[in-house]
Amino acid sequence: MPSRTVYSASVEYLQIMDEEGHVDAKLAKDTLSDEEILKLYQFMIDCRQLDEIAFKLQRSGRMGTYPQNKGQEAAAVGSGYAAKKGVDFLVPCYRENAALFLHGLPMHYILLHWMGDERGNQIPEGVNMTPLSIPIGTQMLHATGIAWAFKLKKEPRVTITYFGDGATSEGDFHEAMNFASTLQVPCVFFCQNNQWAISVPRDQQMNSATVAQKALAYDMPTIQVDGNDLLAVHKASKDAIERARQGGGPSFIEAVTYRLADHTTADDARRYRDTKEVDAWVGKDPMIRLRKYLERKNLWSDEKQKAAEEKAKIFVADVVKAAETIEKPLISDIFDYTFAEIPEELERQKRTMRTSSLGQDPTQAGLAAEPTAY
Amino acid sequence: MPRTEMMKEKGLTLVDAINEALYQEMERDDRVVCLGEDVGLNGGVFRVTDGLQKRFGADRVVDTPLAESGIMGTAIGLAMGGMRPIPEIQFEGFMGPAYDQLTNHAARYRTRSRGAITVPMTVRVPVGGGIHAPELHSDSPESIYAHTPGLKVVMPCTPYDAKGLLLAAIRDPDPVVFFEPKRVYRSYREQIPEEDYTIPIGQAKVVSEGTDITVVSWGASVFECLAALDKLPEDVSAELIDLRTIYPIDQDTIIQSVQKTGRCVIVHEAPKTCGMGAELSAIIQEHCFLHLKAPVQRVAGFDTVMPYYKLELEYLPNAERIGESIVQTLSY
Repeated sequence: MPSRTVYSASVEYLQIMDEEGHVDAKLAKDTLSDEEILKLYQFMIDCRQLDEIAFKLQRSGRMGTYPQNKGQEAAAVGSGYAAKKGVDFLVPCYRENAALFLHGLPMHYILLHWMGDERGNQIPEGVNMTPLSIPIGTQMLHATGIAWAFKLKKEPRVTITYFGDGATSEGDFHEAMNFASTLQVPCVFFCQNNQWAISVPRDQQMNSATVAQKALAYDMPTIQVDGNDLLAVHKASKDAIERARQGGGPSFIEAVTYRLADHTTADDARRYRDTKEVDAWVGKDPMIRLRKYLERKNLWSDEKQKAAEEKAKIFVADVVKAAETIEKPLISDIFDYTFAEIPEELERQKRTMRTSSLGQDPTQAGLAAEPTAY
Repeated sequence: MPRTEMMKEKGLTLVDAINEALYQEMERDDRVVCLGEDVGLNGGVFRVTDGLQKRFGADRVVDTPLAESGIMGTAIGLAMGGMRPIPEIQFEGFMGPAYDQLTNHAARYRTRSRGAITVPMTVRVPVGGGIHAPELHSDSPESIYAHTPGLKVVMPCTPYDAKGLLLAAIRDPDPVVFFEPKRVYRSYREQIPEEDYTIPIGQAKVVSEGTDITVVSWGASVFECLAALDKLPEDVSAELIDLRTIYPIDQDTIIQSVQKTGRCVIVHEAPKTCGMGAELSAIIQEHCFLHLKAPVQRVAGFDTVMPYYKLELEYLPNAERIGESIVQTLSY
């Protein structure tokens, strides 16, 4: 029996706009128009402003722990913009806020979430997404299941799920990829490879040359893109989403990006990563290259930048206000969402939550059935 | 599957009843899908889903990849996507890999999204010992899931209750863990209505009325209790309650009974410490303190790893241990 190759594959890398804002004209065909790029760049300025303010809210004690999104806006916006708002379904982790906003999540919901308020997860009717997912990698199975439901119901809808490079070490990642591939469901797996999982660098997370190649094991179309290149992210996402919509099954996208900030406000990345590495990535910031591109096209200027930043400040101030002026949640909310209908025992606990004993029958001791005010 | 001559003549087993409920609900509701390991072509390792794939197709009765977290996690997604999934975990011992998805996601979604996202699904799990099975095929982990806010837990032990509770579980807007005592799967038959009926989740059943002592149990142990009651002296009037739903607990039925009898023995296969017997004992002392004539007794599995099958009958509560405990409790 001769030995032979039974499988071989390769992974393509895509960049359309380089760090200087130069665009490959051939590849840029069929991507975003200048009008769209301008609109999305302005939107990214708003998102970056919110991110910076969120950081300051935490530092000044007005908000709990917050994971900054800074530097990863192109990955979120390029992919989120490629999905159809009101039709497709987003299943995020927590570093793609901009994609959620594009799909209609009110911005102050993100602040509410990190202010310790579940109402930040109360996704409004008609907004198609799950709330932020805190444990790593578990949400990809939900995305697969939602896509499976779309397939069973013969609805031309797609889910896109977000996760980081670290999440691809989780068993649930592989189970989700295998289920999605085996069942051929319309799900796009979007990995934001930002090089760091808290303090563990990508090359310590895996011995694979790329994250994208992990999809080859599941015979899934896969691509590595410059995750700080809005056009490349958008093109790859649009291709994957439309393929899924046409019945072509799941796809994988590795967006190579960088976490410019700490993991969260509770983290200090100086403990484990070289500032030289960070400095090298600062120049690759997705927004710098977009500005250069727009300026070269005479669509942008210092004045416009200044005006946009001012506008963002005013806009974000309103977002913060919305989050900070919301009335305190009802104490009864602790109980009322456990089940559709509150069980008797839980009702009793709710009624007696301020007493020392939950639910003992005080009539046995000759007391009134309901506790007195103490 | 439609009833066979055997079923018409001799009644349905637990397996038959669950199969009938699944069949009827899949006929009634297009959103219902069964998924799990070997549930399709093979009809499940216990044949509970036998014939369903043939009738409803491979899209609705799905042989999934062999991955419990994947089964639970995608079932959650299916539920979020508007389906009514019924994932099967082949044995309770394999719940481990699915535990994270079930308890940290399915159970919490309604709360964490303040009602915006819900997970109506029924997780079917064969449970308990007594069938000479290999390791990790014989455990009784019901209290773990009863201790998880956001989950309902049921464990019917008769064909009638299984059908009614399964239909209620599938139609429930929240996740339900539906434990099927495998020792009873084929050991008991009864005639049950062919038409659709439900039994409300959260209602215990008084199996036999009595005035001297209350015996509370669920799952396969109910049959051991019945055997124990048979052997009691004629003048002892014991009331047997089948809890049926582990969470939410039907406190009223227990309280009313123990206030009447003043004595209670609780029987379950699961380890004694932090088993549901502990919770029931606490409820009884909270509400029946002045009525008690004897300490509440527990006849339970031991706080050990479930032994391999050569010793499993020494581990599981049997009629002798139960009878002895009843007599002791009556002697106070």
